[in-house]
Amino acid sequence: MEQFFQQLTNGLAVGGIYALIALGYTMVYGVLKLINFAHSDLFTLGAYLGLTLLSSLLLTDRLGPLWGTLLLAAMVMGLIALVGALLDRTAYRPLRESPRLSAVVSALGASIFLQNAIMLVYGARFQVYPQNILPETALNLLGVQIPVIRILVLLASLTLMTLLYLFIQKTKVGTAIRAAAIDQGAARLMGIDVNRVILLVFMIGPALGGTAGLMVGLYYGQINFTMGWVYGLKAFTAAILGGLGNIPGAMVGGLLLGVIEAMGAAYISIAWKDAIAFLVLILILIVRPTGLLGERVAEKV
Amino acid sequence: MGRAAWVYGGLVLLAALPPAFLNPYWIDVLNSIGIYAVLALSLNLIVGHAGLFNLGHAAFYAVGAYTAAILNTRFGIPVLWLMPVCAFTAGFFALVVARPIIHLRGDYLCIVTIGVGEIVRIALINDVFGITGGSNGIFGIARPNLLGWVIRTPHEFYYLIWALVGVTVVLFHLLEYSRFGRALNYLREDDTAAEGSGINTAHYKLASFVVGAAWAGMVGNVYAAKMTIISPESFTFWESVLMFAIVILGGSGSIPGMLLGAFLVVGLPEIFRGFANARMLVFGAAMVVMMIFRTQGLLPARPRQYRLPEAGEGEGRA
Repeated sequence: MEQFFQQLTNGLAVGGIYALIALGYTMVYGVLKLINFAHSDLFTLGAYLGLTLLSSLLLTDRLGPLWGTLLLAAMVMGLIALVGALLDRTAYRPLRESPRLSAVVSALGASIFLQNAIMLVYGARFQVYPQNILPETALNLLGVQIPVIRILVLLASLTLMTLLYLFIQKTKVGTAIRAAAIDQGAARLMGIDVNRVILLVFMIGPALGGTAGLMVGLYYGQINFTMGWVYGLKAFTAAILGGLGNIPGAMVGGLLLGVIEAMGAAYISIAWKDAIAFLVLILILIVRPTGLLGERVAEKV
Repeated sequence: MGRAAWVYGGLVLLAALPPAFLNPYWIDVLNSIGIYAVLALSLNLIVGHAGLFNLGHAAFYAVGAYTAAILNTRFGIPVLWLMPVCAFTAGFFALVVARPIIHLRGDYLCIVTIGVGEIVRIALINDVFGITGGSNGIFGIARPNLLGWVIRTPHEFYYLIWALVGVTVVLFHLLEYSRFGRALNYLREDDTAAEGSGINTAHYKLASFVVGAAWAGMVGNVYAAKMTIISPESFTFWESVLMFAIVILGGSGSIPGMLLGAFLVVGLPEIFRGFANARMLVFGAAMVVMMIFRTQGLLPARPRQYRLPEAGEGEGRA
């Protein structure tokens, strides 16, 4: 039972990270019907920028762990949002009217470019986050020792997801995003500047993904320039699991995938951990391509 | 026809020359280029002709290489004899994995093939069935033996590999202009119209996958024989990306494009050694720029041209 709860909380924490990344995929897909392959590298970039800011500005030493980390997260979000906007302008916007597969190739190219740019700047080796930023104590929940950082990661991702959900559902801009996702032409006729909506989506998604990168750095303590690709593929699996283009779906899918993977690693085999996630991806696409929360749309697949 | 024969004859002669004046290092580079050229040609059938985005081609390449390695080291079967077996296992594997996913549309298919490629790599690392040797791979694969002539040096491999390139170019050229090739191009351009004209699209898509994969399996055989040692590291996602980049940059659907692409993607980094670290950076940027300014690639396929029969010359006229 002890192991079960450990794996459950661990799966939820990792799942929260998957969900944050998955939101970036699903929002871009919802509006542009494009798989943004470069998203996973923005996630990696978030982890690296977080490390650079952390070690150069010493925020946590000056402001204390809580405010320091929050300010750090805000800075990473802002920077990655800018990179996301830049990415849209250079790699995707010129291709708005082209066939969809051209945009997919461009996305793949942008991903390769970013990943290698990170490697050339930061080097190919693993980089280590400082150890003493967040409390390393464990909390006793119903007789099970759970590290505080695990709970913090889960809380942070849940908070961000709630904020995003409220933003999309309750604000005028959020409504515009939803409208553009349903029908771009009609949204344009209603006076919505669709290009600005897309730009906004390319800022919000990467901002969340970049924060997820920072969280991975803080949670696992080490980062590598290739890590984005495994996280990205799993987050994408999560997005498909919940129904691509569906925002609550990405949240549920992420948490679910995190738990499935943690349980699979614990009870089946740790060596096959990554394969389990990809198997889920293939099975869901064969059995129910629209995802768990997706509607049946004929054109979708 | 006479002129074309001279041109091709000249090209073959030209291809036979390099071993006479290049050192083993550069011959080895040319061998790598040849291997990637054949891989790109096989992927071109799937990506270029059928328009199916396959980012897991390294998986089929791996199946071929491991088939050769396992059967050769365990049962001592000469590697070149195993070529058809490698083609069969890779093709059969493609049939099994592609069958349920072939109906998926463009980008979904792309993601699933990435997943398949990764699962294969993880399976190889985990020493599936206890025969793949785990992350160390398999070593001690015998040299190919062609009627008593053991192919050992890069110079000898050069002829084997580039002969394979030549055969592949000829066969894929014929395939391109066959009923099969036309059907693939039709369904790439318009799936629905092709289906409406009586083309069994699922069948043809699957066939292109199987043929492309089988060919990659044969290249896997040659690769295993050339290296004498193979490990999962040689079949990563980046390997698939490299093949994909050759197809896209060279000009999908075009045979000369694949050869040019292989020279650029594999050969250029060898010429500019300092640039080797940044080569993927440049390819990534090139893919973006290419999609914006020249979607069809450097040497695009020429549109098919058909001569209308002259008046009175055509059959079936009254």
